[in-house]
Amino acid sequence: MGGPAGNMAEEAQDNGAATEPVKPEPHALDPVKPEPARLALPALPDDMPLLRIEGVVKKFGSFRAVDGVSLDIRAGEFFALLGPSGCGKTTLLRMLAGFETPDEGRILLSGRDIVQVLPHERPVNMMFQNYALFPHLSVRDNIAFGLKRANMPRADIAARVAEMVALVKLEGLEKRRPEQLSGGQKQRVALARSLARRPQVLLLDEPLAALDKKLRESTQWELMELQRRLGMTFIIVTHDQEEAMTVASRIGVMDAGRLDQVAGPRELYEAPRSRWIAEFVGDVNLFDGQVESREGPRLVVSTREAGTIVAAEPRDPVTKAAVSVAIRPEKLKLSRRGPVSDATAARSINRLEGVVTDVSYLGGLTTYKVKLDSGAVVRSSMANTTRVDIDAYSLSQRVVVWFTPDDCVVLEQ
Amino acid sequence: MSARRIFARPARFGAIAPYVWMLLFFLVPFGFVLKISLSQTAIAQPPYLPLFDPTEGWAAIKAAFAALSLDNFRLIVSDDLYVLSYLRSLIVAVVSTAILLLIGYPIAYGMARLPRRWQAVAMILVIVPFWTSFLIRIYAWINILQHDGLLNQILLALHLVSQPVVWLSTDSAMYLGIVYSYLPFMILPLYATLTKMEPALEEAAADLGASPLHVFWLVTFPLSLPGVAAGVLLCFIPIVGEFVIPDLLAGSNSLMIGQTMWLEFFTNKDWPVASAVAIVLLVLLLAPLLLYDRLQRRQLEAR
Repeated sequence: MGGPAGNMAEEAQDNGAATEPVKPEPHALDPVKPEPARLALPALPDDMPLLRIEGVVKKFGSFRAVDGVSLDIRAGEFFALLGPSGCGKTTLLRMLAGFETPDEGRILLSGRDIVQVLPHERPVNMMFQNYALFPHLSVRDNIAFGLKRANMPRADIAARVAEMVALVKLEGLEKRRPEQLSGGQKQRVALARSLARRPQVLLLDEPLAALDKKLRESTQWELMELQRRLGMTFIIVTHDQEEAMTVASRIGVMDAGRLDQVAGPRELYEAPRSRWIAEFVGDVNLFDGQVESREGPRLVVSTREAGTIVAAEPRDPVTKAAVSVAIRPEKLKLSRRGPVSDATAARSINRLEGVVTDVSYLGGLTTYKVKLDSGAVVRSSMANTTRVDIDAYSLSQRVVVWFTPDDCVVLEQ
Repeated sequence: MSARRIFARPARFGAIAPYVWMLLFFLVPFGFVLKISLSQTAIAQPPYLPLFDPTEGWAAIKAAFAALSLDNFRLIVSDDLYVLSYLRSLIVAVVSTAILLLIGYPIAYGMARLPRRWQAVAMILVIVPFWTSFLIRIYAWINILQHDGLLNQILLALHLVSQPVVWLSTDSAMYLGIVYSYLPFMILPLYATLTKMEPALEEAAADLGASPLHVFWLVTFPLSLPGVAAGVLLCFIPIVGEFVIPDLLAGSNSLMIGQTMWLEFFTNKDWPVASAVAIVLLVLLLAPLLLYDRLQRRQLEAR
């Protein structure tokens, strides 16, 4: 245990980043050098991910809960499976833990197919949604449960339990029963219990769903910090896109049993691959239209609601004529007069006019609803960078709405 | 708590209703039985002395009190007949309850693991025997177990035995009858506890490396203990006092306490001794109840 394993994890990560066609993500986690990893990873070939999911299908009767998912997860990654309820993300996680058996496909952990391996023999641990703490056991015995099953010597168990208790800051509560703990404390016990065996992969099933908002946010940061420090591979299932974007370095968006897009948080938000993802991850204004012409790297799209829009060609060129133009609210800028006209022409800035119909002040942001002259209503949000409201717009005020071609994401319908 | 406060609201009255019930239908009859157990048998109507007659004045009542004695209890303790009957009742109840637990637990566990809609069906199957009178079901067993009954016919047809086996009037027949009759009382509380248990707990145990056997012993069984206690009490207590099943299915060489009591009451017309037998039985049965209560309280205190 120690050095070589740590290097291994790092190499795997570097390698994956080089082969994956993922844009570098400026705001993703800093590449902190992991501590000497505590878990003994088997030596993987350079091109081998820690976990490989290949064409996995799970049917419940005629319902295909997971419908052909393939995914590689590298050692040391914090991966999020994001999707609405019923999209199959929990079923996929349960197949990794061994509680469900796929009807088709393979799951390779360190190159070994684990589909037939029973849950209690998998080097994988799970943190359950409602924690599933054993109500008849103390905090200490809950954490020690998995260690005793591994036939660890008593002294080692005591040491590991103490280490875990310190890790999740539960000192002094070792003798309590789960029912004597607050929600946040239970969550920590569950985390400590699932980490105690130092699994190769930690699965987290909506681990923060039962916490209130403030506690959830602080716990998200602690999870990230813990994952970086332990250098362990975490896979989290969540329906909360903010949570996924906060904690994960890569996110897989699932819908109706399929993995629609796998990308880093920024790419997912700025370059969603479908109309559905654009709407599921964050807010978006969508204009349906037809591609009229191409001008170099630009597409000219004629829409009913926003006239002619000049948009940047996406990375994967558009082949169909029928498209939707997606623009995030913060990319729609408001102004009283609009940008200066020759600059507009030079940068092909899109310009629309309308009337403010709704203003919501949210503290850091103010969101506006603007009714365009075409009748369509768009949303725009502006950061409140000053304490005075000189930049604010009022109800019924006539405003110019503008955005650049690069602000647009063109999606095939 | 003053009377005014008790009756201030219907909810308060609701809280004392069980006590009223206990007083009317348990404590008052218990007082009668206790009084009879302290009386002497007599050829009279009713067949015991002394009688309390408030019309005869205070002195007569005092004399009646003076006539009460513990003679019947001394008799019960000194005569092997009664001690052996109690002992046999306890042994039969312990053995039957153990068999019931061993059979009932797997059934309840299996039921709790069925898909939801099948659980309702299984539940009906468990309860359905209650739709037939208990006595008829025991007589049906007599039919099955008798010399030329169904069981012997099948055994003979399969050539498992060469001549009819004596089933009726044996302890085996009695245990069969008791286990058959009490099985639902063991299954239902166990099923109720097991079906309430969060399935994620067993999954968590498996996830943490527990083999299926460990999952059962370390998680499922300890968490089902309240159901085990309820099922054991629901079966053990009535089995100790069981009369009909041993009377119809067991041999007559040794008696359970219910049978002894019946003999004293109906054959010997000795109401005072029968009452004393009943009182001692009640005291014996209070012991497991108090134990259960203490265990529960300890569990609460541990929390």
